[in-house]
Amino acid sequence: MSPHHRKTLVVAGHGMVGHRFVQAAIERGLTETYDVVVVGEESRAAYDRVALTSFFEVGADELSLLPGGAYDDPRVRLVLGTSVDAVDPETRTVLLGTGEVLVYDELVLATGATPFVPSVPGRDLPGCFVYRTIEDLEAIRDAAATATVGAVIGGGLLGLEAANALAQLGLETHVVEMAPRLMAVQVDAAGGATLARHVEKLGLTVHTGAMTEGVLGEDRVTGLQLRDAEPIEAQVVVFSAGIRPRDALARDAGLDLAERGGVLVDERCRTSDPHVWAIGECAAPGGRMYGLVAPGYAMAEVVVDALLGGPGAFTGADMSTKLKLLGVDVASFGDAHAVTEGALELVFSDAVAGHYKKLVVLENEAGDGTVLIGGVLVGDASAYGVLRPMVASGLELPANPEDLILPASRGVPEIGLPDEAVVCSCNNVTKATILDHVAREDEPCADATCVTRCSGAGSTCGSCKPTVKKIVEDHFAAVGKVVDRSLCEHFSLTRQELFDVVAVHGYRTFDEVVGGHGTGRGCDVCKPTVASILASQLNGHVLETGHGTLQDTNDAYLANIQRNGTYSVMPRIAGGEVTPEGLIVLGEVARDFGLYTKITGGQRIDLMGARMEELPAIWRRLVDAGFESGHAYGKSLRTVKSCVGSTWCRYGVQDSTSLAIMLENRYRGLRSPHKIKGGVSGCARECAEARAKDFGVIATEKGWNLYVGGNGGATPVHAVLLAGDLDTETLVRYLDRYLMYYIRTADRLQRTAPWMASLDGGIERVRAVVVEDSLGLGSELEAAIDAHVDGYFDEWRATLDDPDKLARFVSFVNAPDVPDPHITFREERGQPAPGDSDGPVVLGATIGVGAPAVTS
Amino acid sequence: MTTAPATTYTRVCRLDDIQREGGVLALVAGEAVAVFRTYDDRLFALANYDPFSRASVLARGIVGTRTVGGDEVTFVASPMHKQAFDLSTGQCLDDAAVRVPTYDVRLGEDGTVLVGGRTGGGTSS
Ligand code: SRM
Ligand SMILES: Cc1cc2nc3c(=O)[nH]c(=O)nc-3n(C[C@H](O)[C@H](O)[C@H](O)COP(=O)(O)OP(=O)(O)OC[C@H]3O[C@@H](n4cnc5c(N)ncnc54)[C@H](O)[C@@H]3O)c2cc1C
Ligand code: SF4
Ligand code: FES
Repeated sequence: MSPHHRKTLVVAGHGMVGHRFVQAAIERGLTETYDVVVVGEESRAAYDRVALTSFFEVGADELSLLPGGAYDDPRVRLVLGTSVDAVDPETRTVLLGTGEVLVYDELVLATGATPFVPSVPGRDLPGCFVYRTIEDLEAIRDAAATATVGAVIGGGLLGLEAANALAQLGLETHVVEMAPRLMAVQVDAAGGATLARHVEKLGLTVHTGAMTEGVLGEDRVTGLQLRDAEPIEAQVVVFSAGIRPRDALARDAGLDLAERGGVLVDERCRTSDPHVWAIGECAAPGGRMYGLVAPGYAMAEVVVDALLGGPGAFTGADMSTKLKLLGVDVASFGDAHAVTEGALELVFSDAVAGHYKKLVVLENEAGDGTVLIGGVLVGDASAYGVLRPMVASGLELPANPEDLILPASRGVPEIGLPDEAVVCSCNNVTKATILDHVAREDEPCADATCVTRCSGAGSTCGSCKPTVKKIVEDHFAAVGKVVDRSLCEHFSLTRQELFDVVAVHGYRTFDEVVGGHGTGRGCDVCKPTVASILASQLNGHVLETGHGTLQDTNDAYLANIQRNGTYSVMPRIAGGEVTPEGLIVLGEVARDFGLYTKITGGQRIDLMGARMEELPAIWRRLVDAGFESGHAYGKSLRTVKSCVGSTWCRYGVQDSTSLAIMLENRYRGLRSPHKIKGGVSGCARECAEARAKDFGVIATEKGWNLYVGGNGGATPVHAVLLAGDLDTETLVRYLDRYLMYYIRTADRLQRTAPWMASLDGGIERVRAVVVEDSLGLGSELEAAIDAHVDGYFDEWRATLDDPDKLARFVSFVNAPDVPDPHITFREERGQPAPGDSDGPVVLGATIGVGAPAVTS
Repeated sequence: MTTAPATTYTRVCRLDDIQREGGVLALVAGEAVAVFRTYDDRLFALANYDPFSRASVLARGIVGTRTVGGDEVTFVASPMHKQAFDLSTGQCLDDAAVRVPTYDVRLGEDGTVLVGGRTGGGTSS
């Protein structure tokens, strides 16, 4: 896709699901091809509605799902405080409340739901509220300040939550429920009765089977009129009698709706118009709407997948719920009401403790056992984390299934969940995935917190966290966990510890390090690591006596080894900028030495197929022409990719080329745990792919946005925003700190992306250290980079100037002029390519050797 | 006078031409031989040809030690894909089926390094 013909995706509604959709779109690369415009009616960016009630304790900021108020992907535009008023599928446009018209290629409706307010007289009186948004809660809080009694209409999940809130605001609280019991959808009659007892013990008054006939009052609410009962006096009334999908936009646009409301969508969440999609509470996949957040999240993923050409489908969702209402655990899962034919109920009820637990079981197909299909837990829902996944996985129940729900004091048996059990239903994470995170070879998670961060399990409602923790701990117990982060058999230290040891003792050689802190004589793992640490700290030549043998062959010969034992030559071309004269020199050198020539993926030129003994002569020519080492062989800065920026490009807002060259020259030669790449783009079109780099800079009208932790390669990761609108000086200061912090603390061969993921707190931690200078290390880190810059010299020039170093660039030590006959070439597209080897070669006896044979 | 090939030595370099824990490549009777010097100045020689990558490179590997069955084995890691070869036997420590040829090597009285004939054959590659 050309950057100038990008498509536009409009999202209507910035609630929980709309936000999740945008996040997934960024993470999964949909913003590579789409500019996204999100239009939200509320004045705030998406917040955690599930935890809405905690607004009274923690305030709005804590609830925000987007604390910065903006996505760190510049291709997403967030428009808040604005409604979408109309959709025209014909012209593919939406009309905003501001009068603006947006043209879309794809439209995603994520307008959520609205509380249902029964049409009783007086419902519009001041003092009547709904319970859906932060604004609603603010209004309720203000009204409660002058009230003494509150009433909630609706004894469902949300009604009880609202009642809880009123009670916490100091009101005498009534709950009015039409059905004969509380939480009729989730729990059965006995469970509802247990719940009502709990609720009443807390001082609330429950009126079940009570019909509200009207709201009393002249110009303010004074009470509720009930059928066949005394009126209730109240100054605050909250309606919580269910929700209705916000499907008006779709209806007016002529899209199909479900019979009972909601935008009708297929399994891919596509509406009757192929370019309009609907997700979350406003959508009705297969005619059914879902009033929970997890199914909405699943729909969001499905639509991102569909737009990326993937196969994802939404085929129904787990409607299990667990919550703590007024301090009482309530959970319901699976077929809670035992409506499945042949279902049996096992009930445990303890009126004194206020526990009610029910399992719904079914005989298995073979008829020799039972499986769990649902259940209700009131008062003690500790078994929920284990029971719900059992339902999802159809696991055979133990011989005495009642053991599962007996009080913990009677010993809850260990239950081995099968691998495919979905442990986290909010994020659809299975036990196998959790185990994979702790057991995999590549950067395994060391604890449950890390698993939550990496897999998402436990990050939404949190009800599965104890189970996640248990699975992780059981795993470590089973493998006899001794967390071994040793570098290799010679050092029982991590790279970071080794770095500190070297710094503290001021070591200058490998012998000192291995003598003081290791065993044996080292190996191909620890030697290059120590060499890199010494180079980071000492700034010496990598081929200094005693250091040359520590280096991998690439560092040892200042060139990259190729499959046939030859080397590549890659001079630095900072920022990708090269003069015609420079190009001519490169061409002449390549021609004269018969080298294969290619433009690399890093904006420079690779000359390949040089025999080791030819390297000095080749580099002599290049150094004389003003070129220097490109460090393509080192774990060090590779390139800082640039675009032409404001100097040439008609869109550029800053001089990205100059900055890229400056940064490449500043950090060239800096030895690090792994290679480092950078990029600088002149505007948000991002032609330099800066966000794919370890550090990326994108120009803004006001300065530079600095992104960190990007990676191409095997596990691509987009860099995330560290700080925005920086002037050049601040940018360099932050970059100095960032790079040195990485060099000091990362593991061997750990790129910046996995390093950041491994830090406790991730980008927040980096921001604290780099931007806020929370460790007070800022100036020390900057000084270390300054020392590097001051001490920089070109390794190739220094090598050419030193006969001792040059002496090693010979084919045979006793026949320096005889080329190794194992190296052969063939021709491909007019250039040399490595020839295949048939095995060891013996030179004919006629070829003279440098030293005479002796006998003894 | 020369009677058997095993007693023919090629003088390849001075001991000091080989860095401690480093290697050099020598041409010995037409063959490419990698000669290594350990930390404690022992000398070893292996065929330079790495049977895994099929390239003549072993002299450029990193020399180190590895504990194998309780014993400390001195090895060279191929610079190409890091397979380790026991310097004294040529045995690959990462693949029991692979072994590279070893050569007789000794230090002459004048401090020169002398390489003789093969002492151990390699597996064919
Ligand atoms: C020459 C080049 C390919 C080309 O013909 O264009 C190249 C060649 C090699 N790459 Fe690369 N990479 C080249 C650009 C890239 C890029 C693109 C870029 O830099 O914009 C990437 C993805 C970006 C990134 O690194 O995040 C890239 C990701 C890798 C990786 C995967 C790293 C990762 O984090 O997953 C490796 C393997 C590694 O480093 O462990 C690798 C390793 C290598 C090695 C060193 C493999 C090896 O050990 O032999 C290759 C040796 C180069 C040589 O002998 O001269 N190369 N490599 C490119 C040189 C760029 C330059 O001018 O320095
Ligand atoms: C108090 C409370 C407790 C809850 N507890 C739980 C729980 O424990 N577990 C659970 O799974 N779920 C719970 N939920 C439900 C959960 O919050 C919803 O399922 C979820 O928020 C749905 O997300 P959504 O994005 O579809 O809708 P919303 O989060 O409501 O977002 C829709 C957004 O779109 C905006 N919008 C609507 N129309 C337009 C328009 N025309 N133009 C622009 N913007 C528009 C709205 O203002 C809103 O901001 C609870 C809800 C509440 C209120
Ligand atoms: S300034 Fe750079 S990133 Fe922006 S469009 Fe031009 S070349 Fe691309
Ligand atoms: S089940 Fe909600 S976060 Fe895991």
